[in-house]
Amino acid sequence: MTIGLGHYLFVAAVLFTLGILGIFLNRKNVIVILMCVELMLLAVNINLVAFSVYQGNIVGQVFAMLVLTVAAAEAAIGLAILVVYFRNRGTIEVEDINAMKG
Amino acid sequence: MLLQALAFYVFAFVVMASATMVVVSRNPVYSVLFLILAFFNAAALFILIGAEFIAMILIIVYVGAVAVLFLFVVMMLDINVTQLREGFLKYLPIGALIGLVLLAEILFGLGVLGSESTAMAGLGKAAPQVGAIDNTRAIGRVLYTQYFYLFQVSGVVLLVAMIGAIVLTLRSRPGVRRQRVAEQLYRPKDQTIEVVKVPTREGV
Repeated sequence: MTIGLGHYLFVAAVLFTLGILGIFLNRKNVIVILMCVELMLLAVNINLVAFSVYQGNIVGQVFAMLVLTVAAAEAAIGLAILVVYFRNRGTIEVEDINAMKG
Repeated sequence: MLLQALAFYVFAFVVMASATMVVVSRNPVYSVLFLILAFFNAAALFILIGAEFIAMILIIVYVGAVAVLFLFVVMMLDINVTQLREGFLKYLPIGALIGLVLLAEILFGLGVLGSESTAMAGLGKAAPQVGAIDNTRAIGRVLYTQYFYLFQVSGVVLLVAMIGAIVLTLRSRPGVRRQRVAEQLYRPKDQTIEVVKVPTREGV
């Protein structure tokens, strides 16, 4: 009944797959797509921390903190872009985002 | 040991269930709330494995900052939910197929890695080490010495993100009258006072 590395890796794999599935399913809603990216980053963090603990090497947790930093920055920038886009166009549908098409 | 295993299964189940609800939820507000639930349970998983500091950072950064930011944006934008849900069922078969294939590939890779690699063989059984030094102190010892530049660079990343978000969302509305203190203070005297010679008994 002992919990091993494989259990954590399984949870991380399921979370990552759910994130990709969410990007496929919610193709119109940019907010949910950003949330799914956060889920995938959480899966990566679970992997890093699990390997770090089971290998007895603390560096993995340092890297998990860096991933956390990048995730926070990405969320802030993404939501700022979203707010500006909504202010200009009045919608957040992904299919409407083609203003830069030549 | 049994209690730890039971706690792991409960937390892992709640993480996966709430992640599913994030994906399939109809209302984006519910998605954000389920995302918060998923983050809390992931933090509980980290505590269970012995990484307390990362767990607390996860709650502070994700729940305290990122999820609240999401909630704020979802509530601020007046979006049409039903319109955004169009195509959900259309993409469901292909999305589920790709997801299943990806999950099978990842699990197959894990299985191969766990069964054949000798480096992985010892890992699965090793229990989390409870050493003399606690988790936070161990991270600090590495983070502020060996990875100090990396730490600084992550601070720069946050600074750039902050400046970028401010620059993106800052707008100067036309037609808004504001007090411009500098202009007021630097106004020369001849623009400020006008001496009018008033003739007697006539007024200005």
